[in-house]
Amino acid sequence: MAMAKDLDDLEVDITRCMHCGACVGSCPVNAIYLNEVLIEFNDDCTMCKRCIKVCPVGAVHLAGEK
Amino acid sequence: MTGYDVVVVGGGPAGTMTAKWAAKGGAKVLIVEKRQEIGAPVRCGEGISRSWLDGVGIKLDQKSVACQVKGAKIVAPNGTPFFLSEKMAGNEVGIVLDRIFFDKLLAHDAVKAGADLMLKTSATGLLRTGGKVTGVKIRSFGETKEIKAGCVVGADGFESQVGRWAGISTSLAPRDITSCIQYRLTNINYDPNYCEFVLGSKAPGGYIWIFPKNEDTANVGIGMQLTKLKDRADVKKYLDKFIQNDPRLKKGKPLEIVAGAVSICAPLDKTVGDGILLVGDAARQIDPITGGGISNSCRAGKVAGEVLAKATKERDFSERSLERYEKGWRDLMENHLYRNWMAKEKLVTLSDETFNKIISALNEVGVEKMSTFAILKAIETKYPDLVREFHDLL
Repeated sequence: MAMAKDLDDLEVDITRCMHCGACVGSCPVNAIYLNEVLIEFNDDCTMCKRCIKVCPVGAVHLAGEK
Repeated sequence: MTGYDVVVVGGGPAGTMTAKWAAKGGAKVLIVEKRQEIGAPVRCGEGISRSWLDGVGIKLDQKSVACQVKGAKIVAPNGTPFFLSEKMAGNEVGIVLDRIFFDKLLAHDAVKAGADLMLKTSATGLLRTGGKVTGVKIRSFGETKEIKAGCVVGADGFESQVGRWAGISTSLAPRDITSCIQYRLTNINYDPNYCEFVLGSKAPGGYIWIFPKNEDTANVGIGMQLTKLKDRADVKKYLDKFIQNDPRLKKGKPLEIVAGAVSICAPLDKTVGDGILLVGDAARQIDPITGGGISNSCRAGKVAGEVLAKATKERDFSERSLERYEKGWRDLMENHLYRNWMAKEKLVTLSDETFNKIISALNEVGVEKMSTFAILKAIETKYPDLVREFHDLL
């Protein structure tokens, strides 16, 4: 049930995402934008994976992982 | 193109307080809020103290207060509690709010003072002339607009996008980020007279809280330091485990799930620029020990609003003019924030055994007042070695 976003490597599982913005504020390069209830990544992403760790509900994950 | 003296991005307590005091002082103010409702979804444990409300002109209505408590209960990893009266506990104890109503009350106050308010309206970028911020790009009900402003206020919470767009560094180190999840748990069997804080390895680098909403419902949440997290959704796993192992909470079911993150950093170097000002969580004005931000947001918001009203009269929204806010909020809370950040850096390293010793020392010696100094003094009488580690704070 994962929804792929702009990047090939990261995905946000919209069935888990609570659009809380934890990933947005934790991103060191401001590569994530919360568009009301949709998480969007931009090309500045360096794949530091901090967003995966900080997500309280485990919604952000590597593509291919469940 | 429409124009305002002040455009506030974010309709939480920091934003609406700023708007209220700016509008009261004669500024033309607009608040934009991306959600469809002020106060929802809640992202908060909702515990506050009473002491600061009068000073910022907030008169709580009945609906905003869910519950009043007698004090705080700090629980050691071995289960031993230490009770604190409301007077001694300080921040984050006394009242448990209903943020869904509290935020609306503050927004009402701002609107009554003359502020405009737009819901379902996102800020998507800043307008600039030279190095100066001169307005904000917004998207509202399918329409994209540019709004001119003397000053744009970033009150956009933990996400803190506006500040970063303006070139103000609000980036956080992983050790200064707490990941949180909370259930509003109903059908529980507990003592609703105390806000409870559980310390130790049940919530590494943070704590678990139980804040009463009524006799059988409470906000039960957890905050954990990012550096202590290993696997995806660890925060939720820790909280679920705690609830399953607590006979008071085991039968509870969540009425609501709240997720989010909180900054637990030292004060920022800078919160203003030409035509830009940050307030509240966006300015990282959160207490690094408790993770509480409502009182600081409101107190800083009042200062921001008053400075913006003056700046409006003088037609001067330069960084120099806005530095009055920078000084104002720092006078109110910078020392406290810095000291608590240093204490937090120490607290996150303590073992369960050490927390047990601290709570037992506090119970034996007792403390008059819940200040860092008083606590360390109390511990010193029993465990001088322990206090030596905290030497920097004395």
